[in-house]
Amino acid sequence: MNILVCVKQVPDTNEIKIDPVTNTLVRDGVPSIVNPFDGYALEAAARLRDDAPDTRIVVLSMGPKQAENALRECLAIAADNAYLVTDRIFGGSDTLATSYILSRAIAKVEELEGTKFDAIFCGKQAIDGDTAQVGPEIAEHLGYPQVTYALEVKSAEDGLHVYREAEDGKEVIGVQTPCLITFTKPSFDPRFPTIKRKMAARKAQITQLTAAELTNIDPEHAGLKGSPTKVKRTYVPPRKEAGVVVKEETTEASAHKLYELLSKAHVI
Amino acid sequence: MEAKTKDLWVFLETNEDGTAKNVGIELLNPGRHLADKQGGKLVSVVIGCHTDAAVKEAGAHGADQVIVVDSEEFQRYTTDAYTAALAHLLEKYAPTSMLIGATPNGRDLGPRLSCRLGTGLTADCTALDIDEASGNIAWTRPAFGGNLMAVILCPDHRPQLGTVRPGVFKKPDVCEDKAEIIREDFHVSADQIRTTLLETIREAAGEIVDLEGADIIVSGGRGVGGPEGFQILHELADVLGATVGASRAAVDEGWITHSHQVGQTGKTVGPKLYIACGISGAIQHLAGMSSSDVIVAINKDFDAPIFGVADYGFVGNLFEIVPALTAEIKKARA
Repeated sequence: MNILVCVKQVPDTNEIKIDPVTNTLVRDGVPSIVNPFDGYALEAAARLRDDAPDTRIVVLSMGPKQAENALRECLAIAADNAYLVTDRIFGGSDTLATSYILSRAIAKVEELEGTKFDAIFCGKQAIDGDTAQVGPEIAEHLGYPQVTYALEVKSAEDGLHVYREAEDGKEVIGVQTPCLITFTKPSFDPRFPTIKRKMAARKAQITQLTAAELTNIDPEHAGLKGSPTKVKRTYVPPRKEAGVVVKEETTEASAHKLYELLSKAHVI
Repeated sequence: MEAKTKDLWVFLETNEDGTAKNVGIELLNPGRHLADKQGGKLVSVVIGCHTDAAVKEAGAHGADQVIVVDSEEFQRYTTDAYTAALAHLLEKYAPTSMLIGATPNGRDLGPRLSCRLGTGLTADCTALDIDEASGNIAWTRPAFGGNLMAVILCPDHRPQLGTVRPGVFKKPDVCEDKAEIIREDFHVSADQIRTTLLETIREAAGEIVDLEGADIIVSGGRGVGGPEGFQILHELADVLGATVGASRAAVDEGWITHSHQVGQTGKTVGPKLYIACGISGAIQHLAGMSSSDVIVAINKDFDAPIFGVADYGFVGNLFEIVPALTAEIKKARA
């Protein structure tokens, strides 16, 4: 089986701080990581290969040149080959334009690999934008069926069986291939790279694809021009005014005070 | 696509028994405001099977018009059937905008639909208004894990689409049902649906957690210290008739199941009262609960960011104050 995993390099949003003076986002020095949900997608592909060793895993990312680091990390963990879509004219793309570019890039990668992918795996969302849109939009561009919120995938005779998180439990969904699956956090931890794979990943050749190489692309649908949504403005959410701190002589007295306050506020 | 009307649509997702999911009713609240400002009708779009109760509920909560697709193949949500039905309706009626509840199904459907129609979609909005200058919807949403808010417009494409998390808006008041009902005879053949439900693994009955519908939530974080620590939270929740929630830290530690999680990767909640016990208040958690009416923070560290959003705070040992509060409420109600 051939699997393509789409990954994004993101700032570690847990490390993002707000500058208290300028009230803006401090991005300097914030480490870049592989989007964690994309890591779960890669792990799901690796697990399929554990069961079927002839499985080939290719990773694809779109972003600036330094996104190569994210691809190298994927190579170190499990991927066999990596491609980076990078071009200034792709900058400013919203999810619709991004998914369009990626869908065209997937066609190009299939041409270069000399084979079609049976499945395309994505993280359910990236932790910087949190939109959860690019995966299903790629599926629509390619005309593939999709399954979202997957935890694990098993190979079956009639396609793939996807264990999916549902509102009140889990579901097993059967889906024909080729298909696109987006992954959420499973109960198991993704594997770590081995030293040997890490060394190989450092030296690996990563193929770059620019707009000129994606011959099938319509520039009208890429970048700012191809993006129906526009960011009008951004702001740091305002802080609420300080609340009342309850501090009485004893814990019992504090509990009593708290009860009184909540009763007076008509919430209990 | 050109809009033919100034109508504002709200997608009303249904349960398998045909009843309405809460978020589809909640969205009639901001929907009314937007429809009036746009100068169009507020339309509820119901898709499902045996949907009479859902159709009535939409009318009783202020929809001017209800468009219904009711057929067996829509009993359970599938990407293929629902995308086909909604794309058909949107192309036929061409409203100027539509709101979708950001449930797992809504988040599966929204991008598929926006891509098919070649229009813009803004995900997980927390505030909606009309941009005075352009007349477009101004969609406000958190990004970077809630560290930043962005206001998004979709100026040149119709319909403008957006998803909104459950619990962000309150249901509008019940009013006289004046809704005009339009039934659309639309079908999808079995071979157009490319996914099959093979098995459903339900959580045990006692495990179903309704955080989004809860009036009071007692929530625990890392400071709770372990699964035993949640016991005193359950005791407080029991006397208050509250639901127990948790931060991601407590869920990641395995002290309580994911279905209790509040925050960016869990549920967004807006109860009357939210009691945060031993929760430091990471921005991702705050993003999921800061619209609660009243917030109580109990934490031993006064510098914890949770105090920044709290109306009432107690700095100290939660293992002392929580049982004391439980006892106080019991005493007052005896």
